[in-house]
Amino acid sequence: MTNSDNIIVVKDLYKYFGDIKALDGVSLTVERGKVIVVIGPSGSGKSTLLRCINHLETPTSGEIWIDGEKLSKDAKAINSIRTEIGMVFQLFNLFPHLTVLENVTLAQKVVRKRSKEEAEHIASEQLKRVGIPEKAAAYPSNLSGGQQQRVAIARALAMGPKIMLFDEPTSALDPEMIKEVLDVMLDLASEGMTMVCVTHEMGFARSAADEVLFMDFGKIVEHTTPDGLFNNPQEDRTKLFLSQILKH
Amino acid sequence: MTEQHLIIEPIIGENEKSAKDRLRNFPWWFLALIFIAIGVFFVISSNEEYNAAFIFIKIGLAITLKTTLIAYAIAIVFGLLAGLGRISKNIFFNNLARLYVELIRGIPILVLIFFIALVGVPSLVNGLNSIGEWLSSAGISPLSKPFLAITNQDISMNARAIIALAVTYGAYLAEIFRAGIQSIGKGQMEAARSLGMSYGQAMRYIILPQAIRNVLPALGNDFVAMVKDSSLVSVLAVRDITQVARLYAGSTFRFREAYVTLAVMYLTMTVMLSLIVQVVERRLRSND
Repeated sequence: MTNSDNIIVVKDLYKYFGDIKALDGVSLTVERGKVIVVIGPSGSGKSTLLRCINHLETPTSGEIWIDGEKLSKDAKAINSIRTEIGMVFQLFNLFPHLTVLENVTLAQKVVRKRSKEEAEHIASEQLKRVGIPEKAAAYPSNLSGGQQQRVAIARALAMGPKIMLFDEPTSALDPEMIKEVLDVMLDLASEGMTMVCVTHEMGFARSAADEVLFMDFGKIVEHTTPDGLFNNPQEDRTKLFLSQILKH
Repeated sequence: MTEQHLIIEPIIGENEKSAKDRLRNFPWWFLALIFIAIGVFFVISSNEEYNAAFIFIKIGLAITLKTTLIAYAIAIVFGLLAGLGRISKNIFFNNLARLYVELIRGIPILVLIFFIALVGVPSLVNGLNSIGEWLSSAGISPLSKPFLAITNQDISMNARAIIALAVTYGAYLAEIFRAGIQSIGKGQMEAARSLGMSYGQAMRYIILPQAIRNVLPALGNDFVAMVKDSSLVSVLAVRDITQVARLYAGSTFRFREAYVTLAVMYLTMTVMLSLIVQVVERRLRSND
């Protein structure tokens, strides 16, 4: 019943943190190769939705299908599905005790079981792709925020994922570094990667997104094209939110 | 405040401060310690009575060091397992680890040494023997032999002392490891898991290397504490330096010479080890 081109299917997802309802019946279908941007006020459940997709949060109820495979609670199945889903975090979460190269090769070696040579070859390709091949031997603490985030993207890409999740990847960056990260994301989008991005970068949403979701109070309020959202928002809550963030 | 003020003040202030601070922060105690040590070493090497005491007590040094090192190595394993148990989401392991830590930390070390050596180990031997009897009655006699053969005499007091120290210190080290693991941000585990690593892989490659680095100074301090606490095994007649010193004092009535020498030997070991811990700590901090 799931179309093979629907790489992510979310059905009726609920997530409670104690008494707090973070996701309130979210359903979503993402086609292969599409770029989805999720926007909404803080606490609207955007990050929770993203984190449920790779099971960093266990949904309270509902179904998630990744590339035709249903997510279960089985730990091994979750680990193997996670290798197909790259995730980029707001605070980069690089491993500070490892060099840039080791950051990018470690999971390839221990999870993908690639040889050291193969892993390093792939790592250096990915580091070239994000534009910092010269930093391979450096430690994360010696990199700028933008460089760290690009390493984090390379680390996720090195696993060869089918889907990339971005959880506010530029929110912790100084303004002059946002562009270098967005450029990498734009490249990735143009290469046909399926991406789900929680971001406040409306410029990125306009230029790269195929679809935009507006979430509020754990629900998808509006699901439309960037053009439709920015030029012709249907819901009052969307209009209010856009007027607040686009005022300046 | 004018800008000029802002620039000049700290410079003068700092100079005055640094001279005063240097005097205040100078480790006078360490200087005194070195003088005491030199004095005592001089006495031990020149005074015949002290020299005789030192030569006699020195015999126990190997036992003290061996007991401490082996017990500490085992305690690290116990502590790491219990520390992992303390943060485990598995109810059984979590409670087992908690029970171990609370039980051990609620009993004085001296009592634990008596208990483990004189109650725990014999009970364990009895248990193994009854497993052997059960096996032989079930007709599996080749398997039962090693269980039946073990006796209390097989486990020396030295070994019991090591077991007792290891079990005791494991509980203390468990709390150090737990704190170290919990000091690593949640994002590290999430990043590792998002790359498909299992919980165990994430612990091994990501969390523990960082956690252990953070707790190295604390582990070092506990090693120093264990060197001192190893003196307690003398109550089991294990011939460490404390026991040997007691024997020397008892047979020669040279109490002053025996215990001054003993105290200086411990002090020398602990001060040297503390200095090593401090150097390691400083190097770790400068690497950050």
